Amino acid sequence: MATGRANGHAALSSSLDVERVRRDFPALSQKVHGYPLVYLDNAATTQKPNVVLDRIRRSYLDECANIHRGVYQLSERATAAHDEAREKVRAFLGAERASELIFVRGATEGVNLVAQSYGRTNVGPGDEVLITAMEHHSNLVPWQMLCQDRGAVLQVAPIDEHGDVIWSEFEKRLGPRTKVVAFTLVSNAIGTVNPAKAMIDAAHAHGAVVLVDAAQAVPHMEIDVKTLDCDFLVFSGHKIYGPTGIGVLYGKQRLLESMPPWQGGGDMIASVTFEKTTYAELPAKFEAGTPDISGAIGLGAALDYVDSLGLAAIEHYENELLAYAESALKGAPGVRLIGTPKRRAAALSFMLDDIHPHDLGTILDRYGIAIRAGHHCAQPAMKHFRVPGTARLSLAFYNKREEIDVLISRLAEARAMFKS
Amino acid sequence: MSDLDDLYQEVILDHQRNPRNFVRLPNANRQAEGNNPLCGDNVTVYLDMEAGVIRNISFQGDGCAIAKASASMMTSAVKGKTVAEASDIFKRFHQMVMGGKDPCFDLESLGKLAAFSGVSAFPVRVKCASLAWHTLNAAMQEQPGAVVGEIGKETPK
Repeated sequence: MATGRANGHAALSSSLDVERVRRDFPALSQKVHGYPLVYLDNAATTQKPNVVLDRIRRSYLDECANIHRGVYQLSERATAAHDEAREKVRAFLGAERASELIFVRGATEGVNLVAQSYGRTNVGPGDEVLITAMEHHSNLVPWQMLCQDRGAVLQVAPIDEHGDVIWSEFEKRLGPRTKVVAFTLVSNAIGTVNPAKAMIDAAHAHGAVVLVDAAQAVPHMEIDVKTLDCDFLVFSGHKIYGPTGIGVLYGKQRLLESMPPWQGGGDMIASVTFEKTTYAELPAKFEAGTPDISGAIGLGAALDYVDSLGLAAIEHYENELLAYAESALKGAPGVRLIGTPKRRAAALSFMLDDIHPHDLGTILDRYGIAIRAGHHCAQPAMKHFRVPGTARLSLAFYNKREEIDVLISRLAEARAMFKS
Repeated sequence: MSDLDDLYQEVILDHQRNPRNFVRLPNANRQAEGNNPLCGDNVTVYLDMEAGVIRNISFQGDGCAIAKASASMMTSAVKGKTVAEASDIFKRFHQMVMGGKDPCFDLESLGKLAAFSGVSAFPVRVKCASLAWHTLNAAMQEQPGAVVGEIGKETPK
């Protein structure tokens, strides 16, 4: 546990050496408006370590060729590296087979793939899709579109004043018409960690399939899809120290096999005539066209990097830092936390007096501090807390207590400027 | 932090704390709504027009200090003006917040609105300062549909 600010900055009791880790991220040593960058917007995207940047560069320098096509060595190397990246994702999520991992552009595309392919096949008029009130728009709009298209009903499990899903309300909305339950493992806006296993089991008891949005979860905690027993899970590479433009959809093999392709093109076929196309096996069936080869390889390098630090050590370090940040914010004059969930990961939303989050964001930026200000693509959740938006800090394992202290001291200056 | 002080000038903070004409105009004969979807800022401008003159104006809405103060000061600046005069003020205001380098530009002619000159140093905040004005334009031109802030287009050179 963090011991409070009075004790200064004694090393956190975990095995993670933050100063050494920070040297792996060249972006962290820059100055912004003349001040050292304090990057506290990791839920939006993370900075990239050298090993990821180097690996992407090497993929273009030494093995730049299209995959699954060339009979020459360069293409064989690229194909092997791409396959290896998929295997790394498999091991990272504890999936049974590499063919259960589909490379997509990001978590958003993963949700859209499931909504369009599984949803349009299995959700009909009068059926229901259940989500929660804390979902990011990416795990809301695709389901809304599906329901409108199919004449189905979008059910929303409400959250309480702390930002936790109200269990009885969640259960009440499960029924024989529930075909899909989709929820986030960690809320990007509030930081709530949902009781995923219990939610999945409850959904399964009603015969629904479950999609877990793990975009905010994978950088912060160990996830095993077999233990969770989720049917689908999505995450984005760029939120776990990998490049933008690459993400992953995990799906159980039998479900993915039963689903029609959602995009047609090269690479996803077994044979094509003008009369009929036979589709390729998994995972190729869902990966039409030349994929983001270097992105997948870069993601593989990012997962290796995270593994080298160890998610257990990362989680331990981040939870200590989060406790420190939470107690510092609670003690700062004028700060009101938005959401106080039972279990939290990495993110804290707050208001400073009645200063609009955008004004606060602008002021902090002038001191080199990057936080997110706004509705966090979770407008229904903001409405629930009766705020137009919040200021949000979100942590990574390269953040340190001194950065929290800098933020807190600048909050006081923002108050002085607004004379609030 | 001089550019921050330039942005959050006292007159702006005053209008943010005590916005003028911040009511729903009961006898409005024109109105329009504006949104900045990325921020969630929204404003509704109410006009009481007669023979091409803004006889009365008010606004409602929710937004940051810049958006709110800009709407408030706009209502004070255009009350009693003709459509042509109000459009001309907006044109010069817009030039100012976009940081145009026109040598003939006369900051003083904008009166109190010159307080927003600091916005040009904050490209992402230009849309906050101009939202109410775009909405006023729509109301004057009787385009009651929702105005959407010009994302991307409103970035100073």
